[in-house]
Amino acid sequence: MTPRARWPLAWLILVAVASFAAPAVGGAFGLDPSAVDLADRLAPPTLAHPLGTDELGRDLLLRLLEGGRVSLTVGVAAALAAAAIGTAIGLGAGYRGGWTDRLLMRFADAVIALPLLPLLIVLAALDLNKLHVPAALAQSDEVSLVRIVALAVLVSWTTAARLVRGATLVTKNRDFVRAAVALGAAGPHILWRHILPNVAAPLVVATSLSVGDIILLESVLSFLGLGVQPPLASWGSMLSNAQELIAASPLLAVYPGAMIFLTVIACNLLGDALLRRHDRQR
Amino acid sequence: MIRFAAIRLGEIAVVLAAMSFLIYGLIGLMPGDPVDLMVSADPRMTAADAARLKAAYGLDRPLPARYAAWAQSALAGDFGYSRLFAAPVGAALLPRLGNSLVLMGTSFALAFTLALGLGTAAARRPGSIVDAGVNLFSFAAVSMPTFWLALLLILLFAGGLGWLPAGGVAEVGGGGPADRAAHLVLPVATLTLASVGGYTRYVRAAMREALAQDHIRTARAKGAGEARVVLCHALRSALVPIVTVLALSFGGLVSGALVTETMFAYPGMGKLVFDAVMGNDYNLALAALLLATATTLFGNFAADLAYAWLDPRVTYR
Repeated sequence: MTPRARWPLAWLILVAVASFAAPAVGGAFGLDPSAVDLADRLAPPTLAHPLGTDELGRDLLLRLLEGGRVSLTVGVAAALAAAAIGTAIGLGAGYRGGWTDRLLMRFADAVIALPLLPLLIVLAALDLNKLHVPAALAQSDEVSLVRIVALAVLVSWTTAARLVRGATLVTKNRDFVRAAVALGAAGPHILWRHILPNVAAPLVVATSLSVGDIILLESVLSFLGLGVQPPLASWGSMLSNAQELIAASPLLAVYPGAMIFLTVIACNLLGDALLRRHDRQR
Repeated sequence: MIRFAAIRLGEIAVVLAAMSFLIYGLIGLMPGDPVDLMVSADPRMTAADAARLKAAYGLDRPLPARYAAWAQSALAGDFGYSRLFAAPVGAALLPRLGNSLVLMGTSFALAFTLALGLGTAAARRPGSIVDAGVNLFSFAAVSMPTFWLALLLILLFAGGLGWLPAGGVAEVGGGGPADRAAHLVLPVATLTLASVGGYTRYVRAAMREALAQDHIRTARAKGAGEARVVLCHALRSALVPIVTVLALSFGGLVSGALVTETMFAYPGMGKLVFDAVMGNDYNLALAALLLATATTLFGNFAADLAYAWLDPRVTYR
């Protein structure tokens, strides 16, 4: 592990472990992140509430960890899904070449060229009832989570697709691939065993960078009221609520933003460290 | 070259036409319906009135027919009437476009100057403390949620210190140049910080590549001063990728400041898009989204042209 990667990685592990262990550990001590205590609203930090309480008297630290679970889940899930879809498209385009390649890459270019945030706002505001999504599904708590992951994948798959396509174009003409083809290996076998291992390293770097981007995207949409919906809360939606109380309690807005900032910069620094190590090894 | 430009312009037209249909269809899928809104606002309206209104606006026709009617008048320059602004779409758009240009232009010039200085300083001594510092700064800038930065600036300079106004373009009734400038400071600072990180990384990468080239060594060997080497020789070849980024960010001019404008209640294009989408103003949202798409596509086109213009080795067929 390079020293560059140590601090970002330590922070990410800390946030992830704390967020995902919070319900179990907190539950064992009888702590509930949604426990309302109206007598103790907007309280300053105390021993019982290390970061104080919010406008309903809920413990801010526990709420932050709740939000972290949602933000991290969206970031990692969407980044992995985007990497998988992008890899499939990139492999197909690079290996098949010709018209398949041209069509897929023009499509990727078009997605990259669009003004994404305004279009995402339209997509995030779509009425699921008008799309004939079953009401039970459209009204479940998790639907906003699924929607935001889908939107993030929609804008993020192009990075992996271009990367994998480029690497595939280079690799497919190398001698060991030609040898495998001459030996009669089937297409899927060549893609899986010979080409994919050669694009794995840059793909890992790109995915780590895109986790940060997606957390940022999720926080913007949630902040605008179009992302994660109550009862779920992410750091972005917490900030959105805190904005109304900004005069009374500015710290309520400072904490979730700081969590977003530190987590995104950790993802970016980690990606950068991995990239440097990858470049040195070549 | 002309052939290339013609093909690209054709592509842009096709993408724009496809996007207009897509956006038209998507906007109809948003919650709410203009006629339902009117009905709920007026208790005397009956179901028959609503049906008559829908027929009068052509809302009872199938989607392709409605789109065709819209496209026909749009091509003639008529984008309809904005419900939110109670004015024709063009009259609602234009002043806001001007506001956005002022905001984006100022912060772009600032961010670019800053990035040029920081990126060049970092590229001249790779691995030095300066390089590490610039690297950390640019990572911090790209990782900063824009709305949080805006919130912090408002808290500090408008709330705590009370030095600057928190939003809008001018005081009510006031509006001298000094007042307008004061209202620009915080949004410009936000946008500058939000974009300087990416630019700095581009400049640094381009300058490092440029400084490693043979003609730089030749210039040094001939005894050119360091300032001359960096400014005249390296910057000239680093300019190609830098101008490309410049042209690409021109594309974001219309909608690039959506979050910043919304945070500072600055009446520009980004806030207009957001308000139009949220307020079910179909005509306005459609026109604004298409304008944003068009500028982005033309920005990319300009980047391609600039590339060929600056680098004689690049030819398009």
